[in-house]
Amino acid sequence: MNTIQNDTIIALATSSGVGAIAVIRLSGEDAIKIVNQHFQSKFGNKDLTTVKSHTIHLGNIIDNTRIIDEVLVSVFKNPNSYTGENVVEINCHGSVYIQQEILQLFLKNGVRNANGGEFTLRAFLNGKMDLSQAEAVADLISSNSAASHQVALQQMRGGFRSEIEKLREQLLNFASLIELELDFAEEDVEFADRTAFTKLVNEISAVLKQLIDSFALGNVLKNGIPIAIVGEPNVGKSTLLNALLNEERAIVSDIAGTTRDAIEDELIIEGVAYRFIDTAGIRATKDVVESIGIQKTFENIEKAQLVLHLIDASKIDSLQQQITELKEKYPAKKILTIVNKADLLDNNQITELNTNYTDLIILSAKNKTGINELISTLTQLANKGALSNNETIVSNSRHFEALNNAYTSIKEIQQSIDLNVSTDLFAIDIRQALFYLGEITGEVTTEDLLGNIFANFCIGK
Amino acid sequence: MFNTVYDVIVVGGGHAGSEAAAASANMGAKTLLITMSLQNIAQMSCNPAMGGIAKGQIVREIDALGGYSGIVTDETAIQFKMLNKSKGPAMWSPRAQSDRMRFAETWRNMLEHTENVDFFQDMVKGLLFDGDKIVGVKTTLGIDIKAKAVIITAGTFLNGLIHIGDKTFGGGRAGESASVGVTEDLVKVGFEAGRMKTGTPPRVDGRSLDYSKMIEQPGDDNPEKFSYLSSTKPLANQRSCYMSYTSLEVHDLLRTGFDRSPMFNGRIQSIGPRYCPSIEDKIDRFASKERHQIFVEPEGWNTVEVYVNGFSTSLPEDVQDKALRKVAGFENVKFFRYGYAIEYDFFPPTQLQHTLETKLIKGLYFAGQINGTTGYEEAAAQGLMAGINAALKIQNRAPFILKRNEAYIGVLIDDLITKGTEEPYRMFTSRAEYRTLLRQDNADLRLTPLSFEIGLASKERMDRVIEKQRKTDLFVKFLIETSVKPEVINPILEDNKTAPVTQSMKMFKIAARPQLNFQDLQRIPSVAEFILVENIDNEIIEQTEVHVKYAGYIEKEKNQADKLNRLENVSIPPNFDYHKVASLSIEARQKLTKIKPITISQASRISGVSPSDISVLLVYMGR
Repeated sequence: MNTIQNDTIIALATSSGVGAIAVIRLSGEDAIKIVNQHFQSKFGNKDLTTVKSHTIHLGNIIDNTRIIDEVLVSVFKNPNSYTGENVVEINCHGSVYIQQEILQLFLKNGVRNANGGEFTLRAFLNGKMDLSQAEAVADLISSNSAASHQVALQQMRGGFRSEIEKLREQLLNFASLIELELDFAEEDVEFADRTAFTKLVNEISAVLKQLIDSFALGNVLKNGIPIAIVGEPNVGKSTLLNALLNEERAIVSDIAGTTRDAIEDELIIEGVAYRFIDTAGIRATKDVVESIGIQKTFENIEKAQLVLHLIDASKIDSLQQQITELKEKYPAKKILTIVNKADLLDNNQITELNTNYTDLIILSAKNKTGINELISTLTQLANKGALSNNETIVSNSRHFEALNNAYTSIKEIQQSIDLNVSTDLFAIDIRQALFYLGEITGEVTTEDLLGNIFANFCIGK
Repeated sequence: MFNTVYDVIVVGGGHAGSEAAAASANMGAKTLLITMSLQNIAQMSCNPAMGGIAKGQIVREIDALGGYSGIVTDETAIQFKMLNKSKGPAMWSPRAQSDRMRFAETWRNMLEHTENVDFFQDMVKGLLFDGDKIVGVKTTLGIDIKAKAVIITAGTFLNGLIHIGDKTFGGGRAGESASVGVTEDLVKVGFEAGRMKTGTPPRVDGRSLDYSKMIEQPGDDNPEKFSYLSSTKPLANQRSCYMSYTSLEVHDLLRTGFDRSPMFNGRIQSIGPRYCPSIEDKIDRFASKERHQIFVEPEGWNTVEVYVNGFSTSLPEDVQDKALRKVAGFENVKFFRYGYAIEYDFFPPTQLQHTLETKLIKGLYFAGQINGTTGYEEAAAQGLMAGINAALKIQNRAPFILKRNEAYIGVLIDDLITKGTEEPYRMFTSRAEYRTLLRQDNADLRLTPLSFEIGLASKERMDRVIEKQRKTDLFVKFLIETSVKPEVINPILEDNKTAPVTQSMKMFKIAARPQLNFQDLQRIPSVAEFILVENIDNEIIEQTEVHVKYAGYIEKEKNQADKLNRLENVSIPPNFDYHKVASLSIEARQKLTKIKPITISQASRISGVSPSDISVLLVYMGR
């Protein structure tokens, strides 16, 4: 069994490595006292234990008489802090050496390293946030685009939770009517109106469905919208990708496989994360290795939300045919057709293309012309599908699972009503739906839930 | 005189006390039953009926555990009904109308024939303590009787106060005096006491009623019974009940007495059961309702007395008289006794452990209305459990606790000691998370083995359970393994308007169709033959049918139950200091400290303990 922990913990709150500034955070009953022992104000003998909460102080961190660094210290007093305990944040200079010196100083003086997620765990234990909010913090920390940041923020404010709470309450109300009907079957009481119930169940079902569908989107926002770049070999796929990358210089990851594998690059353009998948060229081939690559290409197209179809400007004679072929193969996919190597075309040809094909993008990856037009088209598409409206988006897989389970139960209730099944039997489904909805709002606790949540935090927050 | 030290003294001889005495004695404890009137053993103070929705399941559970209530009910029933038969099997609820006088007489006979039970008629006016232990009772005759354990089942007698209109008088029941002294002794040693209220309707002369103006309510055509033992038999003859209605005229007449009603003039402050309101409460709270049902229930085979169910009241007798006379069929009614309300002391049951032993005083147990419950069945169940546990404790054996997924009795006791109760607590099926598991048809399968293990349920009961299980399994296996040809089954399917089959099919699949019942299935020659050869009786057929038809639902609920149940295995150390846990809400800290839940699951059911508090506890328990 864990004992109650009042000890003071410390961790680097900013990412490790060199930066301009690093933030080191301490939390615990003695956090302020301990920092005070190693802090020397620039303005006389300031005692951090007596300063007001939410104040910032300039001074040096000292080890005996040795000055380690000039820092800004922020003091947050219990209970008005992130964790609900006494919290001190030290803004020091970003060198790894200084970070380590400060951390080591406090570790030697009665402070211990925080476990993963421990700050948030303490915040949770002190009633500073509920479960879904705690989870949203995890998402917030790992969110790497403006869009997913917004979702995480929304969840933290409890927008998503209140929607589920509303649903759950409505269902709970009806469940009580059903129970009343069962327990007082002998008596002359008016019971739950079936038409109203059917309506409510349908309504809940529709909302759940909408939330579930939003998961696909929420997931995309967290991980980047997958975009496949396809086209015949040497059409300039890699060049285009490089052009996009050069434009933004914001490579998040760079996973290269074999030459025949797809190459993925994640980048953020105008606040939206994308995952570009460069694919092997598509063409009929007898080469076994290459055909494996082409097979992969098709799989990648399946995964993608959007396909950038590159066509060589020298082959615009067959443009319509190429467009049609891909469209027939993937009728449900959103495909953006791009004519590359625009430098091979004269102005007349470009005008003609633009007249005949409204959605065509003509660019030269090599000369980096037309790239901005592509970017603005991407941004438009992304915003149209995602954050232009303010709808609730489910981005957490645990919520997704609970919603799915609730949805299954609701579907079974609908079925039972249709089949005229006895109410006591579909009351099980109602209870189950309530249970799953409660799992999201934290009204039901299962022990492994907590384990999962707190294991997913990176240290520091 | 009383030189022996009893193992167990049971104070009170109602439904709780009688079951407690029987259980403790049958567990081998030397037991003394003290009651104010040995003529009124297991008296039905209110309606002459046992069972009903959720309550019928409890009676079956009591029987499965080896209690007497089921047997006595069978022996003295005048009508039997299986309620809710149109719903799923979890809702099927047995109820019997009883012969009130014979019910009490049969109970007394059974107790007299129970080894280890002594009787004594006197009123207990105080309790004997030795530190934090109970050591006996003192009576109004001035006799001290020593015991290792005492079970108090005082019903409505502790400082009972009867109200009829503006008249009040001390009494535990009409015509019986109240009990004074016990509450005071308990409060002195630190118990918290409260006050509750309940009521009862008038009893009238059945010869003065015109039944032609009422609707007859006969018993079932094929009555079943409560006890799993074959020694009791289903009824061959039955008496009918009758139904009538109040009217706006009746309501207006009742209202003329409101100014003298103790319910409305503030004389009664304590809380009565919301689900069993008095007639004045009904017309006051549901003023728009033009009529309410009135049930006329015979009090026995031979008596002319009838019970006017639905007309519970404490209005002045002249108002009762005037108003009832306007109910169809009651024009010439002659009253035997008027309805009344009664206020009595209870002890918030959060002061108890799962064994029903008090947390404060070792060896002291409470059962029945003293714990804030209502209903014969709820009382009897607690008496049984208190009797068992008192005996086990004296014998230094492990306590006998039923879980929420094992029995309604488990739900009842866990609810009481965990949540307490603000109004008289009655069992509902909705209180059980595992309703589909806790059926009246399987109480024996669920509970008899547990009771047999501690030595209460007889070998005869256990053998029956084993045989029932064996035959049910056999029948299910037969249905799983045996096919039926289309030409045999299709006519039956067509008769029941369900789709015919095109090829031979396992019977299990066909039997699961909701349109078919097992009566239809017996038209298949191979099934009929199996039933004959294996000597399958109706109980086995029903058990099999439930198994086949509702397996999906039962499985679903079981999964859900298991999910919730995992927290049942996270125990909280007995002396856990909640005040150290700053992250718990203050209310949660106080409630948890008071109730001392033994598992996280139990903690989660305490009102005022939020899910977030539970998460905190889970973290502290190292999960």
